[in-house]
Amino acid sequence: MTDVAFQVEEKIAEIVSRLKQFLAAQHREKPLVMGIHTGGIWIAERLRRGLEIAEPLGHLNIAFYRDDFSRIGMHPRVTPSILPYAVEGRHIILVDDVLYTGRTVRAAMNEIFDYGRPASVSLAVLIDRGGHELPVQADVVGSTLLLKAGEHVKLLGPEPLVLEIRRS
Amino acid sequence: MAGANIQLDGEGRLRHFLTTDGLDRRILTEILDHAESFAVVGDRPVKKVPLLRGKTIVNLFFEASTRTRTTFEIAAKRLSADVQNLSVNLSSTTKGETLRDTLRTLEAMHCDMFIIRHASSGAAHFIARQVSPHVSVINGGDGRNAHPTQALLDMFTIRQHKPDFASLKVAIVGDVTHSRVARSDIHALKTLAVQEIRVVGPRTLIPAGIETLGVQVFNNMEAGLKDVDVVIMLRLQRERMRSALLPSEQEYFRCYGLTEERLKLAGEEVMVMHPGPINRGIEIDSRVADGERSVILQQVSNGIAIRMAVMAMIAGGKRGAA
Repeated sequence: MTDVAFQVEEKIAEIVSRLKQFLAAQHREKPLVMGIHTGGIWIAERLRRGLEIAEPLGHLNIAFYRDDFSRIGMHPRVTPSILPYAVEGRHIILVDDVLYTGRTVRAAMNEIFDYGRPASVSLAVLIDRGGHELPVQADVVGSTLLLKAGEHVKLLGPEPLVLEIRRS
Repeated sequence: MAGANIQLDGEGRLRHFLTTDGLDRRILTEILDHAESFAVVGDRPVKKVPLLRGKTIVNLFFEASTRTRTTFEIAAKRLSADVQNLSVNLSSTTKGETLRDTLRTLEAMHCDMFIIRHASSGAAHFIARQVSPHVSVINGGDGRNAHPTQALLDMFTIRQHKPDFASLKVAIVGDVTHSRVARSDIHALKTLAVQEIRVVGPRTLIPAGIETLGVQVFNNMEAGLKDVDVVIMLRLQRERMRSALLPSEQEYFRCYGLTEERLKLAGEEVMVMHPGPINRGIEIDSRVADGERSVILQQVSNGIAIRMAVMAMIAGGKRGAA
């Protein structure tokens, strides 16, 4: 069920224009875009096109970097990360659909650093739903949704992108 | 040998990895899928993921081994585990006591996982029954019984080239009687529903009654190779000559050596596999071992990914873990 009228594509267009301002203000030239599997990849691809970045999208699957591995174990069917370029010295735009505890972003940054030392990493998310457990903040946020306990937000896609809020 | 239950925990997850016998298709496929994900770690600038950080793995080898021990060690290190290699010379004292004492000593050092290689069949099962609940055992080859990671890396290599198991004819050639690889391969191929499994070799090296495992026996090499998609060659252990099971190495090569001429009888896209180390000119001709149909070196690389997958599946998701 969806109880907020939420136009995902419009939000993505907003993120693109705010990212352009952000990158210009920070003098971050020739950035690379990386999406976190799976929803983050859908959004990242749209951002890459919106920012007119020719270099291909990076796919991050942080399954091997999760901090709950010893409790939860292996996830079935881990599609490997694909970083089709060297990250050394580059400005990275890391993209996820929902920012919640911040643990996924921490894991993603650990993985990125196993590929090299980027010049910078900035974070863009469609939704910041609060509940951060780590000092992780996004540089560009589509929307802030403060969810009640027991509510979950999930991005369905890739075509069309629909945001769903579920109550468990 | 009771293998199936002890290998799984209450939720059907891998707890020990001792034999392919009794593991269902779901688990075997899961191992192959995970290995596919881990295979790319070897191509990265930092060939390491932090999954097993803080875990201690002991390679406990009571029998000589180069590639199995090395690939287990590399696999564990790529998962960020700490690895200790121990080569134990088995004295002639009562085996059970020796093993038990060694294990107690190692457990006192707070190890999380043992990789066992032992000349006696059943050694890995024996050890799995002795260890404390938080310790897992992986069989790196025990006597004639099982070598399950070798079997899985064989399945992985086959799947890379020929993913449709149900259409495959596979021939396992050579000293089947003394081969733990053959046994583990047969169980895995059977579980993955391969169309036809053949064992090929002289009567003296094919165990009686092996047909009950669901394989066809060929004593004639040419007939056994006809139209197969995969040939798995087994190493001929030279000590067999002394035990009068075979007349001579030359005679063996003449009858059962894999040559280019013989390979023409097999399917056009045939894959040639061998668990190593190979005896050139005894079970396989150099031109075949180094030829374009050979995937022998791919098997070695794949061994790392398979061993990473098995170790990660065993170490992850333990109840009561922090």
